[in-house]
Amino acid sequence: MLELQNIFPEIFLTLLLLFLLVFGVFLKDPFTLIKKITISGMLVCIPLVYLNFDNQILIFDKNYSINIFSNLLKIIILLSCIFCLVFTGQYLKRINLEKFEYMILILSSTIGMFVMVSANNLIGLYLGIELQSLSLYVLSSIDRKSLKSSESGVKYFVLGALSSGLFLYGCSLIYGFTGSANYLIINENFSIDNLGLIFGLVFIIVGLAFKISAVPFHMWTPDVYEGSPTSVTAFFALAPKVAGIGAFIQILFVAFNEAFVEWKSIIIFISVASMLLGSVAAIGQSNIKRLMAYSSIGHMGYALAGVATGVTVGISATLTYIFIYVIMNISAFTCILFFSRHKVYSEDIRDLGGLSKNHPIIAACFCLILFSLAGIPPLAGFFAKFYIFKAVIESEMYILAIIGLLSTVVSAFYYLRVIKIMYFEEEKEKFDEISGLGMKLSLAITSFLILFYFISPSYLLNLTDIASKVFN
Amino acid sequence: MNEIPILTLTIFLPLIGVLFLTLIKGQPNFVYKTSGYVAMLTSGITFFASILILLNFNYSNPDFQFTEQHDWIFNFVNYKVGVDGISLTFVLLTTFIIPICILATINSIKNRLREFLIALLLMETMMIGVFCSLDLFIFYLFFEAGLIPMFLIIGIWGGKRRVYSAFKFFLYTLLGSVFMLISIICIYYDAGTLDVEKLLNIQINLDYQKYLWLGFFASFAVKTPMWPVHTWLPDAHVEAPTSGSVILAAILLKMAGYGFIRFSLGLFPDASVYFAPMIFILSIIAIIYTSLVALVQKDMKKLIAYSSVAHMGFVTIGIFVFNKEGIEGSIFQMVSHGIISSALFLCVGVIYDRMHTREISEYGGIVNIMPKYSIMFMIFILGSLGLPGTSGFIGEILILIGSFKFNYWIAFFAAIGVILSACYSLWLYRRVVFGVIKNTKINNLKDINKNEYLILIPLLVMTLVLGFYPSLVLDLISSSVDKLTNNMMDYTKTSDLFK
Repeated sequence: MLELQNIFPEIFLTLLLLFLLVFGVFLKDPFTLIKKITISGMLVCIPLVYLNFDNQILIFDKNYSINIFSNLLKIIILLSCIFCLVFTGQYLKRINLEKFEYMILILSSTIGMFVMVSANNLIGLYLGIELQSLSLYVLSSIDRKSLKSSESGVKYFVLGALSSGLFLYGCSLIYGFTGSANYLIINENFSIDNLGLIFGLVFIIVGLAFKISAVPFHMWTPDVYEGSPTSVTAFFALAPKVAGIGAFIQILFVAFNEAFVEWKSIIIFISVASMLLGSVAAIGQSNIKRLMAYSSIGHMGYALAGVATGVTVGISATLTYIFIYVIMNISAFTCILFFSRHKVYSEDIRDLGGLSKNHPIIAACFCLILFSLAGIPPLAGFFAKFYIFKAVIESEMYILAIIGLLSTVVSAFYYLRVIKIMYFEEEKEKFDEISGLGMKLSLAITSFLILFYFISPSYLLNLTDIASKVFN
Repeated sequence: MNEIPILTLTIFLPLIGVLFLTLIKGQPNFVYKTSGYVAMLTSGITFFASILILLNFNYSNPDFQFTEQHDWIFNFVNYKVGVDGISLTFVLLTTFIIPICILATINSIKNRLREFLIALLLMETMMIGVFCSLDLFIFYLFFEAGLIPMFLIIGIWGGKRRVYSAFKFFLYTLLGSVFMLISIICIYYDAGTLDVEKLLNIQINLDYQKYLWLGFFASFAVKTPMWPVHTWLPDAHVEAPTSGSVILAAILLKMAGYGFIRFSLGLFPDASVYFAPMIFILSIIAIIYTSLVALVQKDMKKLIAYSSVAHMGFVTIGIFVFNKEGIEGSIFQMVSHGIISSALFLCVGVIYDRMHTREISEYGGIVNIMPKYSIMFMIFILGSLGLPGTSGFIGEILILIGSFKFNYWIAFFAAIGVILSACYSLWLYRRVVFGVIKNTKINNLKDINKNEYLILIPLLVMTLVLGFYPSLVLDLISSSVDKLTNNMMDYTKTSDLFK
């Protein structure tokens, strides 16, 4: 009983999920009410996580870790889920997709992500990943009437199952050679000379890299992003990425700390490949969702560059990066959800022509976000990249830094292209006026954070610094 | 005086203006008028603030004055600003040029004036910030942040090929700057601080210095611009609206010259000596090649843009001969070029607003119709080619003396540039102003009006005043330059080249 109180947030969310599932069935028009309850439930959950914020304990026979690192990630995950629900209400209503299961699935995947970032055991991690992924598979095909949505769901499921299989195979190898699934015991029994363990490590990295859509396991991303309803795409770009990076750090720095030299080169390769592909492949895209998909691939590359340093400064930089990435993507997708004409949502970037004249405020915000994504100072995105490259250079990985910074220049090109269309081109028909308070609110908050992050950057950096010290 | 953070105020005053500009609401006509007033007022106050700094400035002190320091990012970046003679000169240049730009903008831009003024004021903050910052991170921040407003200025209000030019400008500059960012982080890693004052006293190992120097060089060479990475400048100049070109020529290019003096020479003296021959070769190529290219241009703005590249070639030569005349000459040349080239762009703007073409062949004989304009234009053209009595002369002669002291050949090639600049400037003037009127439209032109006087007269006065009384600038920079050159002496002594 003593241990259960430490996972109170997880228990709370699970009970909420079960209650809402039953409750929703009995309601006539469950969508709005359930949405409100879910949002407030998640809001309540933040203080619950915060309650144990700086505890550092291992529970359930050292198989589940609660510490400031996992708590910070949980808060980021909760925040991104809340924002996601807040800004998608209008969208779902407009495309007649008001299914209350949407909220249930988001809740269940959130629980999965909580387990992912806290797991100190391969089985726990696997369960977390599966709970998260299965919810996501269903979410991506939630628009049953749309061919593309169903296709993306199936595609995601087939490839996801494959990667889960690889992951599980890696786990079984590790378990076979070290005799345990617990991270700490794996670390104790790890020997670099054992080829089986190295194979297991590689398979595990592959499985996780798939989940955060890092190159070369990114193939599903553009298609799934494009096919899913936009609100679901937004969700894909946010919380699962946070959880994936969290699980990555947790497993690499706790279970495979001994094998640092081995995984370092793999992570560097994945990171460089993601940065390069993310910046080059997006140039030809004209669908904004595909563009965001490649953009998120690139951003995962930068986040992994911090992990590749193998030091706490790098982890701190990655956490900061992830947090700012989440903020930027929340506002980017909020903007994208504004772009509809006569209830048809436009995904082609050419439809944004002259947005600066028709909707100056949205255009200004989107412009700001794109500059921030490109990493131009003094916006938040620049600071995020700066911390990463500072950590990378302090680990004397100059080539990685140079490649990374060059790919930011390339990626600046496609962000600028969108700005060009909004600001330099002739105006098109106006978009619908959308009166959703949630969308306006989330756009305002996130744009404000992006623009004025530079006033007090130390706060976030301090927090992530403390969180990264967990792995000392 | 020291209690008031006057430098920070000067840097961020334009931002307050931006805030007011965004708050204006009402009829389009009302917004149009008020935003002009607000912007003028803001830039005027900023100018007075910088004059206030000048009045309280101690000329004999070579170190940084008015320094302010606050903790900013977690234990590694401080917000630190301060000025010495060199930076104050550029701050004054910036605050002097911006009000003129705003006036020119109000006269010529009809479309989305408020947004344009916001971009201009943002630029002002960034540019003053660049010249005042005493922390490499802050410097980089201001240096890069200026890209966003300039990109929008070229892209939204530019000419036909504006998109191409805006992209080229942005990507070239960004590409150069990322190398500088790597160098900055490396400096932090090596020295443990980004504070410029402390770094000036720290010796960095020579091999390492070379790489760091190259990183900074990549950024400054693009911004200067030096041959062969100068190609963005003619495009950007031609497509940018008049006041955009003015800012580009007058101030943005000077950020690189300032960067060379402050950071390349200050932080990496060994590497600067090592790489000086490369700079000379690139600069000489730039001077001769771009002067020749300027000769064949058909577009007036493009011609002036190429002449800017040539003039900046002089500046880089002057900086890297490391003697007092050279560096003082470079700074003076930058100030003078800032004033004269802005005036030339504004002069082109005056006739462009009437004729809507920049083709030289469309003009000819306008002296008969616009005599007052022709006189103005002539003085600036003569200033640009360095006639004694104008500010252009002082800068060129100082640089030539400096380079002559160091090496005859460099002085010889630089002097060829002077002759060529006379060729293309005078030829431009002849084709535009003299000759018979072929284009009938010219007959309907009106001479310059009050507003245009208001813009050009201050520049005219400054050109002549600096030409006759150069001590105005030279006294201001003298002690800081002395300190720099004395410091450089220790390094040039050991080099064979500089014996």
